Amino acid sequence: MAIDLEKLLRPVDHPVPPFPPKFVTLANGEEMVIRQIDREDIPALLPHVAPLMQVERDYYDIVSARLYAELLGFYRHRVQDEYVLVAQIDGHLAAIVNGRLLNPDVGVSYHTLALRRGLRIGAHAFAAKMEYHIDIMKQKEVLIVAESPIGFRRWMIEYQLEKRFNVAHELGGVPSYALTKKLFDRARESLVVGRRPVPEKLLEKACQAILPPTDPPKPPFDVLAATRAMYDSTGTALRASRQKLEGGMSK
Amino acid sequence: MREVYVIGLGITKFSRLEYPLIEIAAYPSIMAMKDCGLNSVDHVYVANMGGSRISHQTALGSALVDHLSLYPAGAETIENGPASGASAIKQGYMAVASGVHDVVMVTGVERMRETNNLEATDFVASLAHPLAEQIYGVTLPSLAGMFTRLYMNQYGVTEKHLAMVAIKNHANAMHNPNAHLHMPITMEGILTGPEASTNNPYVADPLRFFDMCPVSDGGVCLILASKDVAKKVKRPMVRLAGVGQATDTHCVHERENPTDLLAVRGAAEKCFKMAGFKPKDVDVAELHDAFSILEIVESEEVGFFKKGEGHIALEKGYTALNGKLPINPSGGLKAKGHPVGATGVGQAHEIVTQLRGEAGARQVKNAKIGFSCNFGGFGNNVVALAFQKEK
Repeated sequence: MAIDLEKLLRPVDHPVPPFPPKFVTLANGEEMVIRQIDREDIPALLPHVAPLMQVERDYYDIVSARLYAELLGFYRHRVQDEYVLVAQIDGHLAAIVNGRLLNPDVGVSYHTLALRRGLRIGAHAFAAKMEYHIDIMKQKEVLIVAESPIGFRRWMIEYQLEKRFNVAHELGGVPSYALTKKLFDRARESLVVGRRPVPEKLLEKACQAILPPTDPPKPPFDVLAATRAMYDSTGTALRASRQKLEGGMSK
Repeated sequence: MREVYVIGLGITKFSRLEYPLIEIAAYPSIMAMKDCGLNSVDHVYVANMGGSRISHQTALGSALVDHLSLYPAGAETIENGPASGASAIKQGYMAVASGVHDVVMVTGVERMRETNNLEATDFVASLAHPLAEQIYGVTLPSLAGMFTRLYMNQYGVTEKHLAMVAIKNHANAMHNPNAHLHMPITMEGILTGPEASTNNPYVADPLRFFDMCPVSDGGVCLILASKDVAKKVKRPMVRLAGVGQATDTHCVHERENPTDLLAVRGAAEKCFKMAGFKPKDVDVAELHDAFSILEIVESEEVGFFKKGEGHIALEKGYTALNGKLPINPSGGLKAKGHPVGATGVGQAHEIVTQLRGEAGARQVKNAKIGFSCNFGGFGNNVVALAFQKEK
């Protein structure tokens, strides 16, 4: 008798209410739409996540590598009860956030990836993710960890998260922090913003296509690294450079 | 006293620069030497505030000389808090004006982003009085917040005026490729819109996030020289016409009226007197807007506007890039960035660039006289500089 192995490997998701899209006016006046995407949208995201694995700055390499795997896992049915939200500005991808349900009462926050820096883009997207868990899926708490100091400041400090150090988080098995409904209610006024419904044209533009990020994070640029590498680390390259000044003259 | 000219300019982008402190200093120094075509200098002054604490490096003057093989030039490091940059320029000016040297290099450098924002704030707070301010947890943002509240009560400045300064300077920085922040901001986004209070939260009431300058890395270099050398190198003739410095009490609360920035007033008066200019002669200015309120107050204290009327001039657009007296065309500390020890040299770099007519899209038309104000401590040590373009 033939065995449908895929049926065994594929987890069955529990039904949950969808995240209703919202929009936020950023400090620069641009309007950012935050909405949930489906499995079939994932291939459109991956090409924008992959290059960030080379960005050895602010833990973009680790976060994007892990997120890439989580997105693939979602696409190919290898993670149970995962969801993905995206933030878009004029259709262009600005942030990706994802997570899953551990059980009906407890959620797990996976990653927040800002593909454009500044303007609290990542912070707004993270707040939307928490809103999804607490307000929409009616969960009691969300388990959270940070991989970067920026994340620690944004989540642990700004939301004053509670320690759940007896619980190992799915990301690396490190001690968890938790956002409870009480903490979320306290942060709601200052950190959780956005309006609904999203104006029709704005939502239409976002849903039409996920356009590439306009200013994605880039690897650190070391203006002198190339020349320094050619010689040594004591400045010989700079001396050579100075001596090559065209038309150089003494005073 | 001999006349002193700025003959060479070099600058890095103000941003997060992930290479060693000495190379952040070396790169603009090479650019400046290339700009004037000289391959040697008599003396090197390096302005820096945090090298010993943040980068674990001292004696930057000697290090820069070695890094660029400028031996046997003399070398010193100048530390005067956030006014280190203009202080170093003043030292360079005196060296050339006195005839001790013909050509000096003044390089400002800072690398602050290798530490986190909390530590950077704590480092800058080390300029406050240790027994009367620091032990109570005073930071520069908290001092600026209290100062702003008092100023609002006395002169009618509002949060909208502060936001106008930030919006103007962010817009100017969009035209400056070396600015830290290339991010236009709007009144709706930072003050009046439904999400504004989250986009722009209070940091030190009444100052909000966008009233604060960023924490920046950066390096800037000016080559100063005597008139004879300046003529020889054939770069635009920009004279360092005036230098003024003044001090005030270390603690802000010891001032008779804390909203009077007497060191700014005194430094500007000395500077204008030496240069033979009046404030109304100035075509372009760079003022030390580490906090948005400071641009307004300094514009009054240096004599551009009457006390208490800086915000009115701002409202009327006088200080905009196309206004009667453009202030901070570079984006100011607010958006160009604030690598503390380098900032004063950065301000002078912008003024000389403007007077040379090399400022591109942010060029102030027909700029002939420029002025900069470098604000140390919380106004307890201020250095003002005046520059004039010559034919």
